[in-house]
Amino acid sequence: MTLDPRGAALALHRFGFGSRPGTIAAIASDPRGALLADLEAPNAGQIVNTNLPTSGAEIRTGFEFNAARLAQANQERRRKEAAQAAAAENPGAGNSMAAEDKPPAAPAQPNAVPPQRQIFLDEARARIGAANDADIGFVERLVWFWSNHFCVSADGTAAAGAYEREAIRPYVLGRFADMLLAAEGHPAMLRYLDNWQSIGPASIIGINNKRGLNENLAREILELHTLGVRTVYTQADVTTFAKVLTGWTFLPTQTNPEHGGEFVFNPRMHEPGEQTLMGKTYPSGGVQQGRSVFDDLARNPATARHVSTKLARHFIADEPPPALVDRLAERFLETDGDLKEVAKSLVTAPEAWAPERAKIKRPGEWLVATRRAAGRVNPNIEGMTNQQALLGEPLWRPSAPKGFSDDNAAWLGGLNLRLQAANLFAQVVAGDVEPQELVDVALGPLAAQETRQAVARAETKVQALTLLVMAPEFQRR
Amino acid sequence: MRSRLQPATFHATTRRELLLGSGVLFAWAFVPRLARAEGRDPRFLTIVLRGALDGLAAVAPVGDPDWVKLRGNNALTLEGQKPGLPLDGFFALNPAMPNVHRLYQEGHATIVHAAATPYRERSHFDGQDVLESGLPRPGAVDTGWLNRALAGLEPSPDAIARGRKAFAVGPITPLVVRGTAPVLSWTPPRLPPVSEETMLRVLDLYRHTDPTFAQVLEEGLGLAAIVEAGGIAESKPNAPRIQGGGIEQVRAYFTEAAGAAAKFLAAPEGPRIGALAFDGWDTHVNEGAVNGRLASLLGALDGAIAAIKANMGDAWNETVVTLVTEFGRTARINGNEGTDHGTATVALIAGGALKGGRVIADWPGVKEADLYEKRDLKPTTDLRAVLKGLLHDHLRVDESALTADIFPGSDAIAPMTGLLA
Repeated sequence: MTLDPRGAALALHRFGFGSRPGTIAAIASDPRGALLADLEAPNAGQIVNTNLPTSGAEIRTGFEFNAARLAQANQERRRKEAAQAAAAENPGAGNSMAAEDKPPAAPAQPNAVPPQRQIFLDEARARIGAANDADIGFVERLVWFWSNHFCVSADGTAAAGAYEREAIRPYVLGRFADMLLAAEGHPAMLRYLDNWQSIGPASIIGINNKRGLNENLAREILELHTLGVRTVYTQADVTTFAKVLTGWTFLPTQTNPEHGGEFVFNPRMHEPGEQTLMGKTYPSGGVQQGRSVFDDLARNPATARHVSTKLARHFIADEPPPALVDRLAERFLETDGDLKEVAKSLVTAPEAWAPERAKIKRPGEWLVATRRAAGRVNPNIEGMTNQQALLGEPLWRPSAPKGFSDDNAAWLGGLNLRLQAANLFAQVVAGDVEPQELVDVALGPLAAQETRQAVARAETKVQALTLLVMAPEFQRR
Repeated sequence: MRSRLQPATFHATTRRELLLGSGVLFAWAFVPRLARAEGRDPRFLTIVLRGALDGLAAVAPVGDPDWVKLRGNNALTLEGQKPGLPLDGFFALNPAMPNVHRLYQEGHATIVHAAATPYRERSHFDGQDVLESGLPRPGAVDTGWLNRALAGLEPSPDAIARGRKAFAVGPITPLVVRGTAPVLSWTPPRLPPVSEETMLRVLDLYRHTDPTFAQVLEEGLGLAAIVEAGGIAESKPNAPRIQGGGIEQVRAYFTEAAGAAAKFLAAPEGPRIGALAFDGWDTHVNEGAVNGRLASLLGALDGAIAAIKANMGDAWNETVVTLVTEFGRTARINGNEGTDHGTATVALIAGGALKGGRVIADWPGVKEADLYEKRDLKPTTDLRAVLKGLLHDHLRVDESALTADIFPGSDAIAPMTGLLA
């Protein structure tokens, strides 16, 4: 049996989250086969054995905390106003007034960490833990890719992490159409792109309240999630699609303590009647009208090309080989958007194994790779999420619905910041690892001679480890 | 094989010596040479407002009889609790921007209204691509007009003719400064510092293994040296990262980023041309032009402009700052007290080099028949005319390069003249 440790290391860095102690040797007999096997692992892509709440529960928790905090602030304000009024009426009460200014003895203080923050950290721990613990992490990389493709922002919802578990992970090796429907119909997305309050002008609520459309979600679905910008749709299609999607909303948290924040189709908000989108007429039918449009969008060749280009750009090169994009798009169409088959097609394509390492890892991916190389278990999640934010990729907080960029040019400028993060990491782990051994663990045959020498001749272990994780072979996919 | 990394000499090298030796620290060589020959030392900063700023909310046509009909209660007027700040009798500035108003009165701010790039669709990302690339269509190139403009600026003879020319503030480099002329990036330091020795060794490793990485890191370290020398940022290890959300954090970030940019541009050995981007202008819901979210954002932007002026010092008089956005928003309010993606909007220019105190607009009106596609403010000024005029008159970028390389396809768009004092 011939061994291919170079191919193994490449597989780990390009398609996985980098190597852990022993992983290069473990898959050296058949790196490609190991990636294919990753797709067949039981529960691949799922977060199992957690007590994480549903998105609805996370949203309600956040709402209830904010409401309680507001009530407390209001109560406090009224108490102060009353005290001031009393003091104004009774100016002689000098000393007792000072006593009034003290805060009340034991206010109903909500816990110091807001529950939204705790939820965020718990969700981040589940996500980063899954990437850190995976043998290879190919399926987790796919989860991160699709989550960024269908991104929402944690700035607008407490449920960004639950969204990924509910709308992305179950379908990461399933059908694109199912992921599309789950993502666009998820309360986190309906809130992020404003559709929850988009109202058909001719709907019951539209007529009674003179409220109207919001075309944000409809536009981004066509432009970013499915067909791609400048393809086969027009401004009129955007507006029509926005009408189709009216009524896709969620139950209000204010009045529904049990189910607030969960998806509901509200027919009173829905624009009645048939709609014609990109030349096809969809009969009136409430929520089914939108589902039919999603089915057609998922099967559109423009969608296949758009997502195939993005996949190839993510893993291979800013300007991916056209033959690879063609191959992925073809597979997408012939399997009706079977994402496992598309993933297989990616790792069995000869273009995917080019020795040139054209892509820079994104910050979060690189941070996980550093922890894996050092064999860390239970890495410091708060520190990692803070650093990921500092490096320009705050977890679940992209600055726009396009998600984080997959172009090298966006990330190159952050290298000197990575140096600081690398230095900090090296300080933390230096006591536990032997840098020269770590070169073989982390890079194996991918390590350049210069990198080996730089690590070997470093003044300190901290410096050696910094050099290792800053090495281009470690920074690139 | 003997390593080219030689510890003996390495120990003797300081970062400053290394940077001098490689020509980085003083390699802000690509300054506007023609302008320098005239005895000027111009500074040019571009701020990209991502998300599409509602120009009608920032600068309202209070003298237009159709204005209040169009926006109703959301219309900024000269009355009410927060009246607009009068500009020229027809337009009023959002009351969240008193600093800009003062600059306007001093002749150091100009507003261009009903302006747009040549882009006429409504995708943020394509719109930003056109705005920042300078090409008439999206997706055409992966370089920005500001980077290409630098190619027209010859290396100045008194500096080492190598190195970076533009710089960007923030961990993600905006397209407008990406290109063949390499780009420096700077982000406020928030982590414990790295030892000089380690920096040098990482840099040395890159020089032997990855020239692209080497160049980027080298330039980053050059900026760090300026930061230290000029006291640009107080290093606050592990200070909490600014993460969306609270307006105070947004305000702090805008001020910190813009203020740092100004210090870089003002420094004698600093870069002369820079760019940064502020996100968050996509006001689909509860826009709040006078009392809400947009007013807060405009206030944060006003603070950023004040920080630029303060940190520029005397260099303010040789400064032009342009604030541009990918497109405007719908003229009418949408179903959620917000506005959807539109077309024409405002461009704001500030700086002591301007002949300001003017609103430049060929006003199209806001009657339904006057709106673009019956929904958006109609563009009557091509933003490229403004940018070409500034690049030509301020930096002395060659006029033929403006059309051939920097804004290709803009032959019919003459540079706007008379913007500068």
